[in-house]
Amino acid sequence: MSSDKLLVVEDLFVSYGSIEAVKGISFSVNRGELVTILGANGAGKTTTMRTISGLIKAKSGSIRYKNIELTSMPAHKIVALGISQAPEGRRVFGTLTVEENLFLGAYTKEKLNKKVLSWIYELFPRLKERKNQLAGTLSGGEQQMLAIGRALMSEPELLLLDEPSLGLAPVLVKTIFDTIKQIKEEGTTILLVEQNAKAALKLADRGYVLEVGKIVMEGTSKELISSPKIQEAYLGKKKAG
Amino acid sequence: MEIFLQQLVNGLTIGSIYALVALGYTMVYGVLKLINFAHGDLVALSAYIGLVILMQLAGVLSPALLILITFISTMVITAIGGIVLERAAYRPLRRAPRLSAVVSALGASMVIENGIMLIWGPMPKIYPASVVPNINFDLHGVYISLMQILVLVISLVLMVALYLFVNRTKLGTAMRACAIDQDAARLMGIDVDKVIVTTFVIGSALGAVGGLFIGMYYRGITFNMGWIYGLNAFVAAIIGGIGNIPGAMLGGMLLGIFNAFISGYISSSWSMALTYVLLIIIMIFRPTGILGERVAEKV
Ligand SMILES: Nc1ncnc2c1ncn2[C@@H]1O[C@H](COP(=O)(O)OP(=O)(O)OP(=O)(O)O)[C@@H](O)[C@H]1O
Ligand SMILES: [Mg+2]
Repeated sequence: MSSDKLLVVEDLFVSYGSIEAVKGISFSVNRGELVTILGANGAGKTTTMRTISGLIKAKSGSIRYKNIELTSMPAHKIVALGISQAPEGRRVFGTLTVEENLFLGAYTKEKLNKKVLSWIYELFPRLKERKNQLAGTLSGGEQQMLAIGRALMSEPELLLLDEPSLGLAPVLVKTIFDTIKQIKEEGTTILLVEQNAKAALKLADRGYVLEVGKIVMEGTSKELISSPKIQEAYLGKKKAG
Repeated sequence: MEIFLQQLVNGLTIGSIYALVALGYTMVYGVLKLINFAHGDLVALSAYIGLVILMQLAGVLSPALLILITFISTMVITAIGGIVLERAAYRPLRRAPRLSAVVSALGASMVIENGIMLIWGPMPKIYPASVVPNINFDLHGVYISLMQILVLVISLVLMVALYLFVNRTKLGTAMRACAIDQDAARLMGIDVDKVIVTTFVIGSALGAVGGLFIGMYYRGITFNMGWIYGLNAFVAAIIGGIGNIPGAMLGGMLLGIFNAFISGYISSSWSMALTYVLLIIIMIFRPTGILGERVAEKV
């Protein structure tokens, strides 16, 4: 069973100066799973994702990917190990073309895999139409597609998605979530951070709920959806009775 | 008309030198958002190192080989100087407040400048005459020397090579990505430290070519020349749009031509003052410089 575990986070603490943002969380992601982390603003979701990717150093605790300790590894080596991230706020390279952004996604690869590129263009036909356009001139939704496509270019085994639906119109949210489902079905393991709990739980196998730096609840998506606390706090349903 | 063309030739020559030095300022600024005040002094150091190499090898090698070896070895040594500078003065302060890095840059500038003075003394050193054979071509009353042709051709080749590197190669694209968003670049698997070192290596090597040209073209070099040439090149980088590579090339050329015309039509004693008038006028109408650093979306 434990050999199924692709990512194991244990007792992770992260702080910014004296502000503790993540206070001893533990969770894991199994190979092939889609796991979601839910939580309100400031819960520590982005901090967790950035720490996994090596952009911030953990204060203590461990992050193991295929039994390799990541906490002291520089970010670029973590990508080479097979973890890539579409960060919060998209962070596309605005003055580079769409295609240049995608090529950078494959930076760790010796040679660009044309198959992956055409698969990404299949997932997001709009990116293909706009491949020579500067990324900064894309709409928000298109930039999100680019951020996800770019992260897929390194052919990751584990894809980290930080609020891919943030600021998108409902139609686009659906497109993005449909694509995430497709990516999962093609075999990529996904850790998805979302405030849109309803959509995330529909897609996820399991979920964790983060509140002010601590995990307060965890379970399968079914368990979480049916939990009254989740329904009230994250799914906007009134308590029955 | 002849004065005009003659000053244009002179201006393009000086402008090429400014451009080579300006590229070092602009590339480091692009990636680190830091003004590397020590860059001009590294250029001065390269002029001294080049002189030492020239004197050691003069008479041993044929002129063409002498020039080639001098350029390559000076570029390599100066590039190593750039690496040391980045490691010692800037990397430890990468996460420190901006002002600390500025102070460190000024400190590094003084260390190099005074180091040159300690080693080679406060008096000017003179490059030997006609390292490049003193041949002048007469184009209907406009004179262009072999040295000037060398400056123009080598500068052009280096700038085209740089342009292709930055725009067509994987590492060059990574460099542009680092200039836009370092954390996002890290998420692509880019080793940002390596890119920064590459930036210093290229900027310093191009600066070394500038330093050698200064020595061979003007002949007199002084320990504090880094300030004078550095300042002009820095102004050129700002005129073109700091952080923008074609901008530094354009700014260098413009400033060179501008200075040459002032020398030709007014007097060279006005060139410094009028350079700043030009700078101010350009800043008023185009605060980000002519090719302006296109504004990055979100910092
Ligand atoms: N660079 C920083 N410096 C100081 N504090 C920070 C920094 N980044 C985040 N924090 C703090 O850490 C806590 C967790 O922030 P984080 O961005 O991880 O939350 P989040 O769950 O991603 O929220 P959101 O849903 O709004 O994106 C917050 O209290 C935040 O103010
Ligand atoms: Mg967040």
